[in-house]
Amino acid sequence: MALLETIDIPHLPSSLPVHVALYRNVENADYLKQQLLAGNSEFEYALIDASMVLSRAHAITAIFRAINDYMNGRLKSRNVHSEIVFSFSSTNNIADSFRKFGIADSTEDLLVVKVSVAPEITHDSVAAYLEASIKGTPVPFDDETLSQISDVAKIKKFYKLGALPDPKPISAEANGVYTDDAKRRLELSLLGAIALRGS
Amino acid sequence: MTDEYKPPPLPSPFTNTSPAPVLLTQGAEAHLYKTVSLDPSIPAALKIRPSKPYRHPILDRRLTRQRIVQEARCLVKLVREGVSVPAVLSLDWEGQGGEDGGWGGAWLLMEWIDGPVVRVVLEQWEAWLKKNSSSLDQAQLEQEEERVRGLLRRMGHALGGLHKAGVVHGDLTTSNLMLRLPATSSDPGPTGVSMEGEVVLIDFGLASQSAQDEDRAVDLYVLERAIGSTHPRSEPLFESLLQGYRESYKGATSTLKRLADVRLRGRKRSMLG
Repeated sequence: MALLETIDIPHLPSSLPVHVALYRNVENADYLKQQLLAGNSEFEYALIDASMVLSRAHAITAIFRAINDYMNGRLKSRNVHSEIVFSFSSTNNIADSFRKFGIADSTEDLLVVKVSVAPEITHDSVAAYLEASIKGTPVPFDDETLSQISDVAKIKKFYKLGALPDPKPISAEANGVYTDDAKRRLELSLLGAIALRGS
Repeated sequence: MTDEYKPPPLPSPFTNTSPAPVLLTQGAEAHLYKTVSLDPSIPAALKIRPSKPYRHPILDRRLTRQRIVQEARCLVKLVREGVSVPAVLSLDWEGQGGEDGGWGGAWLLMEWIDGPVVRVVLEQWEAWLKKNSSSLDQAQLEQEEERVRGLLRRMGHALGGLHKAGVVHGDLTTSNLMLRLPATSSDPGPTGVSMEGEVVLIDFGLASQSAQDEDRAVDLYVLERAIGSTHPRSEPLFESLLQGYRESYKGATSTLKRLADVRLRGRKRSMLG
């Protein structure tokens, strides 16, 4: 059973819903990457290394930027799905952004995104594809799950935000205030970096 | 005959937004709307710089782009540095227009700050003071002034943080400072005017990156003059703002020295000699 979530992102036309699923313990990343490289159009999905994703807002901001650029005919890469991977980046280097945010042979935690750019792409068709193609454990696409997956040090390094305080893992004795503040500041810094790319 | 004002059409993608963004204010350069962020349960502020049809289209795009990008860069830098300003959620410096698909202007989607602007807080406090000044004893008066001093000191701290991060605001007034409503509000005292909440700097439309004493001192001077003209009863307390500023970063002392020069000659440097 896929935990596929279909999201209507505010400000985007309702004809462009976004389908998102998060997986852990993915076993066939190398196969999925092969299909992507072969340009197999059945596999035209945004396949993102989830350890580079800090939060839901981080992912949705990148997706929004890609779809907005798609609607305005400003894609820098092949299609809206590769553009989503690229949109996580704070730099204009497409190859580098694929290396950092895209699926790798060793990827175990995977974020899958598909935009309904054609009428035949529906929640059901995406769910069927995921069911058939991805060997992994579906988990909910929420901040709690992502906080167990994201590699904060790696994320900070890519965005050159090493000076920011570290969000600490949620622990029993913390009263939450400081950890939340640090995570929020990091998250908002990521959103800003995504928005400013290419400016 | 009354012509109802019609703002320019929203740029893409906000023509899709449901419910439609609500126009809050309008300046010479930009329109400010309230809408939702990319999470429909969280509000956001949307600043639109519409295209100016009287300008040459190439110049118009370039200026609009430069200005909105500069504003966004300052905000992103300040968020990184931990200065309290509205965060940038999304940005498009070449937004497409509504119907014809042409250039419609640029937009900046920002974090929504919930709370009053300092101008309103000080106006309410001054109105209360005016109404009750005859019946107040010295101790009450001092207690009330102490609250305003506390607010001014926090404003000074916020400004110091801004300047320390290497940004000058360029248009500081009490309308461009807000108080973020605290989660739990405390007793506002006899005046009914709460001064609680984190001081948040807004509207970086004229901001730039600078670490020069001159630019910093002009920021302080402009705010001092603004307070002098809009909040005469609070003006004598301005020293508290400077005190908060002095405590907030190392370079503050030399900026305050420069402020003394700026006061003598005004905001603009003399071009003579």
